[in-house]
Amino acid sequence: MLVTALDIVIGGLIMGGIYALIAVGLSLQYGVGRVLNVSHGEFIMVGAFITYSLYALFGISPLISLVICGPFLFIIGFAIHRTFFQYLRNTSESLDAFEGSSLLASFGLLFIIQNIALLIWKANVRGYIYLTTSVSILGAVFPANRLTALLFAVVISLAFYIFLRSTRLGKAIRAAAEDSSVAGLLGVNIHRVLAICFGLGALMAGFAGALISMIYEIQPTMGMQYTIIALIVVVLGGLGSITGSLIGGFILGLIGSIVTYIDPGLSLIAYYVIFILLLLVRPRGILGR
Amino acid sequence: MDTVRVIFKRPFALGLLSLILVLLATLPLYATDYTVILLTAILMYIAITVSWTIFSGPTRYISLASAAFFGVGIYTSAILGKAFPLLAVIGIGGFISVILALFIGLLTLRLRGMYFIIFTFGISELIKNSLLWWETNRTGTVGRWVVAVDHTTVYYIMLAIFAVALLTAYLMRHSKLGLALQSIGDNEEAAAHAGINVTLVKVITFAISAFFMGAAGAIMATRWAYIDPRIAFNPLFSFMPVLMAIFGGMGQLYGPILGAAFFTYLEEILITKFAYYYMLIFGLVLAITILYLPNGLAGLIQKWRKGGVAKQRTDT
Repeated sequence: MLVTALDIVIGGLIMGGIYALIAVGLSLQYGVGRVLNVSHGEFIMVGAFITYSLYALFGISPLISLVICGPFLFIIGFAIHRTFFQYLRNTSESLDAFEGSSLLASFGLLFIIQNIALLIWKANVRGYIYLTTSVSILGAVFPANRLTALLFAVVISLAFYIFLRSTRLGKAIRAAAEDSSVAGLLGVNIHRVLAICFGLGALMAGFAGALISMIYEIQPTMGMQYTIIALIVVVLGGLGSITGSLIGGFILGLIGSIVTYIDPGLSLIAYYVIFILLLLVRPRGILGR
Repeated sequence: MDTVRVIFKRPFALGLLSLILVLLATLPLYATDYTVILLTAILMYIAITVSWTIFSGPTRYISLASAAFFGVGIYTSAILGKAFPLLAVIGIGGFISVILALFIGLLTLRLRGMYFIIFTFGISELIKNSLLWWETNRTGTVGRWVVAVDHTTVYYIMLAIFAVALLTAYLMRHSKLGLALQSIGDNEEAAAHAGINVTLVKVITFAISAFFMGAAGAIMATRWAYIDPRIAFNPLFSFMPVLMAIFGGMGQLYGPILGAAFFTYLEEILITKFAYYYMLIFGLVLAITILYLPNGLAGLIQKWRKGGVAKQRTDT
């Protein structure tokens, strides 16, 4: 009984850690930049494939790849926002119009990134073996790679949270999230901050991708499922709330783990039911304003 | 009647339209099978895109539920195809989509903007995954066979759906309902204060647009012969109409037609050999359209025509 419960809870936390990580990225991009980036999962996929390729070609440990693909995706995200979304934001009539057009533009981005990846890595399912020794926690057995992924997900989330709370840039980001035009008036370089936010979202996606490649099979079309999960978590936590996304990720992970225990085929359905009920009953989410 | 007057004002447009319809109607008599099948696909995408635009164009509510309506039509065809005559199956497919649209419409009354978009997407995916679970766990087989129909019949039925969808879109644009939709898109509160029953207008229009998608799905299923939930409820059927309508431009009725025809043809020539390049080009065209052509091809044509007129004026 205890072992089963531990199985479900720790299994849920492992999934939840990754969900939280990917949701924080999306939440940052939408909450601050008003870009509902549906290509978020594609950034995760790129992170996963870079990690895979570095491991398969050069034997570089995925934990080192974290430090490589995170910053790499940050630069890509920053550049995309600076050229693409900034132009769109400047030419849009209103912020609402920008929300709509940036959503559609990120669909374009989704197709572009996914198909470049398909051309490079082909459509095969891939995976590698890393840290599969089993670790026993009070009788419940987990592969070491999953626990490592959980540890890193928690550490990265916490570090990010502290960064937002206590650094100067973090304050500028929170100010921009509250009201970008007022933040601009108060001397925040708004375009730079928005681009940094988009880049940070991509950075989180890169970290998540690296961790995901350690424990799950990966393929170039995997992005959509993670985008959807991130979207559900972001709605669960409240659109735009970073803390909400962190908590929401773990809640969804736990629910997923419980449902998977009952019937693995039902977990995705459960996610959608939660999603739809939330939108109907409490669209602001658990911590939304 | 307004409509009649508008049509008579443009004898050229009317003539061209009749010519195109006659050409399309007689096409199977002289064209190759390949052309007929290609045109069926083009007509299907035009029908879906135009019916998507009926609701989402003027109101600016971006619906991603097209795949749900289309998929419902497909499954109606798969389940009832053997028991009922073809036309009845298509009617029922459209009708069930209407009911689903009424249901979604009533649920989403309070949702706007981003919430409406993700809700409609979520509900399509929920239907797909529930059906997938049901078919795997209860029926035991994931896929289903659909009674096949010869491609000339499919073509004519698709042509009929296309024509009716187009006519409906045209009449709606020039009716009170169309004006009401337009004012909802401009400012929903103001529209409500002006005495428009916003909810009723939105839900009815959403249901009308769903009918054509359901009907199109029901007839397309007979072309594919084998279907499963992943094929029938493929989210691409939700994205395609949006992208095609935006690329073509929603300001004019011919915009979505241009967009749908262009992409379907592009898909036809690229997808068998260079599927990834097709989707890559698709993404690039989409991104470029949103950046530089916010009113789509139709907007570009309008601008060019107005520019031409202005130039003539300055010349004289």
